[in-house]
Amino acid sequence: MSTTTEQAWKPLSRDGMAARAARDIPEGWYVNLGIGVPTLIGNHIPAEREVILHSENGVLGMGPAPEKHKENPWLINASSQRISLRVGASLVHHADSFAIVRGGHLDLCVLGGFQVAENGDLANWSHSPKEVARQIGGAMDLAVGAKRVWVVMEHVTKDGQPRLLRRCTYPLTAGACVTRVYTNMAVLDVTPAGFKVAEIIPGMSFSELQARTEAELLR
Amino acid sequence: MIDKFVRSMAEAMDGIRDGSVVMIPGFAEVGAPNALIDGLIEQGATDLTVIINATGKPRVAGAKVTGFARLVELGRVRKVVTSFVRAGSVCGDAVKAGTVVAEVIPQGTLAERIRAAGAGIPAFYTPTGADTLVAEGKEIREYRGRRCVLEEAIHADVALVEAWMADRWGNLVFRGAGRNFNPLVAMAAELTIVQTHHVCDLGQMPAEQVMTPGIFVDRVLHLPVGDPKLPI
Repeated sequence: MSTTTEQAWKPLSRDGMAARAARDIPEGWYVNLGIGVPTLIGNHIPAEREVILHSENGVLGMGPAPEKHKENPWLINASSQRISLRVGASLVHHADSFAIVRGGHLDLCVLGGFQVAENGDLANWSHSPKEVARQIGGAMDLAVGAKRVWVVMEHVTKDGQPRLLRRCTYPLTAGACVTRVYTNMAVLDVTPAGFKVAEIIPGMSFSELQARTEAELLR
Repeated sequence: MIDKFVRSMAEAMDGIRDGSVVMIPGFAEVGAPNALIDGLIEQGATDLTVIINATGKPRVAGAKVTGFARLVELGRVRKVVTSFVRAGSVCGDAVKAGTVVAEVIPQGTLAERIRAAGAGIPAFYTPTGADTLVAEGKEIREYRGRRCVLEEAIHADVALVEAWMADRWGNLVFRGAGRNFNPLVAMAAELTIVQTHHVCDLGQMPAEQVMTPGIFVDRVLHLPVGDPKLPI
């Protein structure tokens, strides 16, 4: 006879994480959303809240995904998905787009991550210096340039390994850049003393969260 | 009378030598000078160094290899400077096999290194990549309390450009997100070759709306190739 352990909690879905992060983005911010779950955040910002979304390929003022018959083949985002423009949007070339990024003009960028360290180091582009695949894109510029860097990622890897670490083991994207992490189990602030838990999903205890985290968590 | 229009692809590609440094703009298919890449394939120059933002998606079984990936597949590329190499792509396989050398750098650094070349700035310091593998072997200096990496301008022999509208002086307008790297590469190369969807008379393009002035352009070929394809 098999026994099933009743788990009192359910991790957030990809959309759940995106929705949770979207709640904390106030009107008036200029925001870049990275590839993957961060891109989904755009769908959870209500249209009446004026948040201006930047895309690294030179778009400032991205709107929601267009309806099929209204698609413009000349408008795409950093994930190569077709987009719409909000009224008031503007288009720039790549050097200006990265002046926006690197020049400290973005209030926030939200990136995906492989690992985040307790001092805010981020690794999100490569698993090893020996790897052929090197997928830097705009991540290093965003990580050093935006006023705030949030990371949205699953709390542990597919095989259960922690992603919130004392030190990253993968090649860094940037050092000490992350200010906040949204996972499918918790919201954590990066503080000078380490990860401070701001929120845990319903039904999960602090010790259950700690058990899935390599770095020591602060209450 | 200045007339930068050329009448054929052969004329557009004339004189591109083996060993050239070639800049290819575009983000996914948008703003990518695909017809000119085909022209370069036909023209035959080899041993090329290509400056391109992303080097292509993983191979799809049965799908035709086109554009930059085709240039790589034909063994015509020796080095690539890029921000993105994917495993399982034509370029990724060539890098793995050691037939292509890849210098992978941050996208903003790539854009600025191209811009710097066009603007006559030999090198600059940027905070991007300072704590990473990208900084290996590069000079580091601290400015305003931040570690910064010295990055050098990238000059090219040839830039291939995709414009929406052009006149005979080579003044250009780009469409939508098709601007991306186009104005930058146009400034950074000895020879800038443009494919344009539309042609207008001199003066029809309002001066305030010219995005790349003709001073940066050498040859223009009118090729109404249609909208960019949906990304795969």
